[in-house]
Amino acid sequence: MSIRRFALAALASALIAGPLAAAETLLNVSYDPTRELYSEFNAAFNKHWQAQGHDPVTIQQSHGGSGKQARAVIDGLRADVVTLALAGDIDELHRLGKLIPENWQERLPQSSTPYTSTIVFLVRKGNPQGIKDWDDLVKPGVNVITPNPKTSGGARWNFLAAWAYAQQKYGSEAKAQEFVAKLYKNVPVLDTGARGSTITFVNNQIGDVLLAWENEAFLALKEQGGDNFEIVAPSLSILAEPPVAVVDKNVDKKGTRKVAEAYLDYLYSDEGQRLAAKHFYRPRNEAIAGEFAKQFPALKLVTIDRDFDGWKTAQPKFFDDGGVFDQIYQAQ
Amino acid sequence: MSSITLTASASANAARRGNLLGRRLLIFGAWLAFVLFLLLPLLVVLGEALKQGLGTFFGAIFEADAISALKLTLLAVGISLPLNLLFGVCAAWCVSKYQFRGKSILVTLIDLPFSVSPVIAGLVYVLLFGAQGFFGEWLQEHDIQIVFALPAIVLATLFVTVPFVARELIPLMQEQGTQEEEAARLLGASGWQMFWHVTLPNIQWALIYGVVLCSARAMGEFGAVSVVSGHIRGYTNTLPLHVEILYNEYNHVAAFSVASLLLLLALLILLLKQWSESRINRLKASAGEE
Repeated sequence: MSIRRFALAALASALIAGPLAAAETLLNVSYDPTRELYSEFNAAFNKHWQAQGHDPVTIQQSHGGSGKQARAVIDGLRADVVTLALAGDIDELHRLGKLIPENWQERLPQSSTPYTSTIVFLVRKGNPQGIKDWDDLVKPGVNVITPNPKTSGGARWNFLAAWAYAQQKYGSEAKAQEFVAKLYKNVPVLDTGARGSTITFVNNQIGDVLLAWENEAFLALKEQGGDNFEIVAPSLSILAEPPVAVVDKNVDKKGTRKVAEAYLDYLYSDEGQRLAAKHFYRPRNEAIAGEFAKQFPALKLVTIDRDFDGWKTAQPKFFDDGGVFDQIYQAQ
Repeated sequence: MSSITLTASASANAARRGNLLGRRLLIFGAWLAFVLFLLLPLLVVLGEALKQGLGTFFGAIFEADAISALKLTLLAVGISLPLNLLFGVCAAWCVSKYQFRGKSILVTLIDLPFSVSPVIAGLVYVLLFGAQGFFGEWLQEHDIQIVFALPAIVLATLFVTVPFVARELIPLMQEQGTQEEEAARLLGASGWQMFWHVTLPNIQWALIYGVVLCSARAMGEFGAVSVVSGHIRGYTNTLPLHVEILYNEYNHVAAFSVASLLLLLALLILLLKQWSESRINRLKASAGEE
């Protein structure tokens, strides 16, 4: 086969394979720590979907830092559904991409957040630095691992949890900013996503404490065995609410609205909720949350809507260009 | 020419004899660097990959997502290589056989992908062809997907591999000059005849070398492809991206198994180069005997 014919054949097959593959597939663009959850949930949903008399659907997954993933969808990654780390990132799909209506969060129960999580500390076995609470993270010589709030959703929850703690304890925003600035001085690397930070801490053995999603911390314990790490629950943390949404512009173009909506609805079903709990997310369904109550420590939690006036206020104030996070890093 | 080199190297040898220790040290240093920085990492990759036995190793390589990553990688190489070959030969031809205005700018531009960070190369394509990009609206109206699909992966691969063939050819063709081609034309050869029978045999070595470098780089490219891939498992992940995904999923053995698959492909390409070299040599030798 001549080079030219090979190239033509390759091009042709690529052109044909493109549209064919798009016909019966659903693309879920998600954030970092949900890999294990969705690989199991997708199989369960497919079974449920076929039991209702539909053809099987191929569910594709893409994972990465939440902000980066939102950016990719805005730039044209054809997600049917997004399951991201925080509402602020999905808001951007409306603001910058006009892909979804502004009231997207009202379309599903619990502000479109089928499961929740919180932020905990993962420390090395025996807790050699004696880390018990947020105050221990600003001590000199303690290395804190957390991802970059510009690209990672989990990192923004981490930041706000630390802020909430300091504001409650020291009483003012100025004090809180001082506290958080001190904390970020102890951060040697900022990975782009939560999973990158976990790998930095767990595999590359960098740092004394990892600020992590509760589900991510449990998963690290499960994958690496409980012999090397332990979880420390701080006195106060934040209720992290990862939301989900159908991307209207994409599903309408691809004709996948029905299956995309059924997919997200199924996250609220008993099976969906149990799978979430199995992968260490706190289920919204109270009966099922009760079944798994032993798994999750009881924590005092602030919320984004009550304590920070929602993501529409918090995102520009803390994380957009020139926000508090930038001020902290410019000061350093 | 060869006698001059011989006398030169003979006198150099005499000078070196007095400095045997220095020479040995240098050679030892070279070997040490080779073992430490090249051989050892390769062995670690293979060792990690085989940690849980051959079963897990082949399991990871023949897993559906790995196979589709392999296919996508080979497809990207398969498309970008001939295009680069064509571009490389044309560019080298223009630069070395003709005099024209802006020639030095063209030569500099060919090198651009060497100096631009691959991440920027990827971002440029997102800015051009993304939904918010320069051509975004038009592409969406016509339902053409470039970014986060095969076309952008090929474009990104093309961008980072463009200089390889041209860079190998330009110095050689400049050195060879235009005399042989001019002679062929005077003897009545057509443009194509001249190219096939005079130019191509002269540059085949450099061409093969450029192709080898180009395909090795195309297979291994991470940064630029990562930006435009969208990371859809089993669809837009090339082999290097798949390695990263596996590693991030606590699946170290699988990650290193797929990494050693990449390694194997690289070795295969080197063997291919060696084989074609020896074949060319044999052809030359037999031609010389006649």
